[in-house]
Amino acid sequence: MAQGRPVRWHIAVFLAPAVAVYTALMIIPLFGTLAQSLFNLEAGARVFVGLGNFRRLFGEALWSDAFWNALGNNLWFFLIHMLVQNPIGIALAALLSSPKLRMAAVYRTAIFVPTILSFVIVGFVWKLILSPIWGIAPGMLDAVGLKSLFAPWLGKEEYALTALALVSVWQFVGIPMMLIYAALLSIPDEVLEAAEMDGITGWSQFWKIKLPLILPAIGIISILTFVGNFNAFDLIYVAQGALAGPNYATDILGTFLYRTFFGFQLQTGDPYMGSAIAGAMFGIILIGVCLYLFGIQTRLRRYQF
Amino acid sequence: MAHARSHLGRSIAAHAALIAYTVIALFPVFVIVINSFKSRKAIFADPLALPGPGTFDLVGYQTVMKQGDFLLYFQNSMIVTCASLFCVLLFGAMAAFALSEYRFRGNLLMGLYLALGIMIPIRLGTVAILEIMVASGLVNTLTALILVYTAQGLPLSVFILSEFMKSVSDDLKNAGRIDGLSEYAIFFRLVLPLVRPAMATVAVFTMIPIWNDLWFPLILAPAEETKTVTLGAQVFIGQFVTNWNAVLAALSLAILPVLVLYLVFSRQLIRGITAGAVK
Repeated sequence: MAQGRPVRWHIAVFLAPAVAVYTALMIIPLFGTLAQSLFNLEAGARVFVGLGNFRRLFGEALWSDAFWNALGNNLWFFLIHMLVQNPIGIALAALLSSPKLRMAAVYRTAIFVPTILSFVIVGFVWKLILSPIWGIAPGMLDAVGLKSLFAPWLGKEEYALTALALVSVWQFVGIPMMLIYAALLSIPDEVLEAAEMDGITGWSQFWKIKLPLILPAIGIISILTFVGNFNAFDLIYVAQGALAGPNYATDILGTFLYRTFFGFQLQTGDPYMGSAIAGAMFGIILIGVCLYLFGIQTRLRRYQF
Repeated sequence: MAHARSHLGRSIAAHAALIAYTVIALFPVFVIVINSFKSRKAIFADPLALPGPGTFDLVGYQTVMKQGDFLLYFQNSMIVTCASLFCVLLFGAMAAFALSEYRFRGNLLMGLYLALGIMIPIRLGTVAILEIMVASGLVNTLTALILVYTAQGLPLSVFILSEFMKSVSDDLKNAGRIDGLSEYAIFFRLVLPLVRPAMATVAVFTMIPIWNDLWFPLILAPAEETKTVTLGAQVFIGQFVTNWNAVLAALSLAILPVLVLYLVFSRQLIRGITAGAVK
């Protein structure tokens, strides 16, 4: 026993700082928040209420209306990203990866610019451009004879969420573009040459050869989009404020969590219900990630070259 | 001949599509920057015109310099970003080295534990993070932000760097051991210099979300003397909503540093993304 290998202290030294910071500020707070969601104040004292907070959140009209509204909006927000952002990203990547294209680096750099800007900039820039006071958007629609289509989109309940989702798509389309671009570049030339020998070129080559090969990358992008969207907050907060107006039409889980936890205007902050919302978000993200890992990723066929 | 022409047609179509999207991507930034140099009247008269001799005006920038403490915000952002980046890279590389170099019990488990944070956003723990910061008196300090961003950046950095460290030759490390180098010297003097390109990639990935974050500055450090540029710009714009010159100038000033950094590092960033995916 005592003659066994010496303790390799250096392994502990190498791991210690990362594990300490990560555990103290990520794992413990995460589980602390989950634990807190099981408590609430009753007559000024902190008591264990089990799943009571979640029952209120999902079932009591005062909370559940706001919660289901935020969840529904969040799903719509995610759906727009999947239907608009990812197809555009794939199309741009397909165009960029064609070997004879000149200036590919310039396009790539330019299209990625919005992704590096902060939400504060993106939110205000689009607010100004879409503003009926300044008139850039109506002016441009006028120039192509479509002025009648203009509406103050961010101020209308029926359009505001879609408009903001599209702004977010504009900002993040660079990420699917880059990841798909990288996946397309990694397809070996022999595979494409063999396809050309068989007379499969152009669009049919893309659909029949390249698309199946980049499916794993599309899967990764989908799950990244999912986690990012259900964790989103900044853009809505910057463009519409913590009240996520008009009339909560753009309220998503992130803004709902912020308002509940910190309070806003007349409403006072409630850390217990805030924790419950964070717990619900944790559950949603966990379900999504598990569905991806066990339901989708294992079924995707991977090709080794 | 017909084949060549159809190829030319396709290439023109590809360029047209890419140019169209490039315009969509850059147009909003362009509009903001040109209008920040114009007088109030000119901003509304013709938003799409370039600033000319009659319309050029720096009044927006003067307001920003007088009213907002942007130099201080900028300094705060720099301190927070650089310090978190340093910790993420150093701690991340050390942990990645331990995981990729040594076989020990619990190696795989530790790797999974550290990778958990890639998928689960740190924001969900905000309620408890704020309580910890209040209890330790770190609210409204830059230290609080640095600690949180270090924890946020570590999972991805450990994951990427350990992939790269597996490719460092064992012969080199064993030669070092025979020469009597300690494990620490092997890490700092042999391995670290070899994974420098990977560190640069991780640095770019870590830096952008930290610089742009609004959530944690808003919650952990909203005081005047600890505001970051992102939060400062948000608050400033909120106060000056009707002063269009000032708002446009503040936005341009917030865009500039990120844009410069991006143009300097864009090749590194793209190489990092493509290298990671090829693996």
